[in-house]
Amino acid sequence: MTALSKLPDMHPEEVEALLPWHAAGTLSARDARRVDEALSRDPGLARQYAVIQEEFAETIHLNESLGAPSSRAMQRLFAGIDAEPVRARSVSSTVSARVAEFFASLSPRTLAWSATAAAVVLLLQAGVIGAVLVRQGQGNFQSAAYEAQNDNGVRALVRFAPETRVADITQFLDSYNATILAGLKAGMFRVQFEKRMTKDEIASLMKKVEQEKIVSFVAPAQ
Amino acid sequence: MSANPAASDEVLIARIAQGDRLAMQVLYGRHHVRVYRFGLRLVRDEQVAEDLISEVFVDVWRQAGKFEGRSAVSTWLLAITRFKALSALRKRKDAELDEEAAAAIEDPSDDPEVTAQKKDTGKVLRRCLAALTPDHREIIDLVYYHEKSVEEVAEIVGIPENTVKTRMFYARKKLAELLKAAGVERGWP
Repeated sequence: MTALSKLPDMHPEEVEALLPWHAAGTLSARDARRVDEALSRDPGLARQYAVIQEEFAETIHLNESLGAPSSRAMQRLFAGIDAEPVRARSVSSTVSARVAEFFASLSPRTLAWSATAAAVVLLLQAGVIGAVLVRQGQGNFQSAAYEAQNDNGVRALVRFAPETRVADITQFLDSYNATILAGLKAGMFRVQFEKRMTKDEIASLMKKVEQEKIVSFVAPAQ
Repeated sequence: MSANPAASDEVLIARIAQGDRLAMQVLYGRHHVRVYRFGLRLVRDEQVAEDLISEVFVDVWRQAGKFEGRSAVSTWLLAITRFKALSALRKRKDAELDEEAAAAIEDPSDDPEVTAQKKDTGKVLRRCLAALTPDHREIIDLVYYHEKSVEEVAEIVGIPENTVKTRMFYARKKLAELLKAAGVERGWP
């Protein structure tokens, strides 16, 4: 007995009611399977579905023939926006906008890893991102994932200890004048320390960072 | 920008909430045609529909900070469009609307060209789609053209999900009646 056959049959009226959504392809996978099963069993329903598919096609044809608005609409829109009072940007909403952008820029695998990691790590990322975004100041919409081609700093790979608090990360970044450039796999971050250094100074910096309680790993990055 | 359009729309809204005009341009570019067509199908006047788009997106500009992301941005846009379209319709006289509905399927004459057109089922179907009431037009457009789920239609129109399915059923039934009156039999209902 397959999983599909374990699904309770839909009432015929329920199936009929969902046929338009089935034609548009907007049913859930589960409902779509149920409707397909019902269509394969009922020739009358299948004929009705053919009628619905014709309605679907002609509705699209009708709407596509409606054309597009002229540029006047856009001109009117931006004239309206220009007439609006200037908006005072709040730091918190700036941060939330950039947090949304950061997570939107993550690859599915990184996002999946983030979602399944411990809650502290997730908060860690959000807090770190928040710190970075706030540090970048107002009016700058670079996301934390932006790969800055800045030759004036030293880059390192840093992993923070799982129990680290958000405030500690912010303080760490402040004290070292550092920014997060990107979130990588397994809780690693590419961090830039914004100061040109000699080789010896870099080695000394890495040692110092390694000794920080909240850092579990650090290494110079390319 | 993420490859996921829905996530990108939410990022744009967050930027718009911060006064980002470029983000508004992108959002407008992405959605203005569908918003226009949805509005036009309701108000049946190109000038009014164009005015609607401007009003819809100015509303988005003002309300972006309050968007909570519980629905897709496209669903939110269509809900705003619907609200504004219905406001515009209420300002018009009922007589004007009745005349428009009748004109949508009126046969001006019974010449060979008209007879030939009657045999083009697609054209007749489109004329009948245009002749439906606003309630029926919008639900058919939302389901077939704007690809909205039962849940999303319920949110846009402000009715329960079961009512969405019932209304769609009656919209289709009315469409079948109009088609029959125009000489097209489709074997349903």
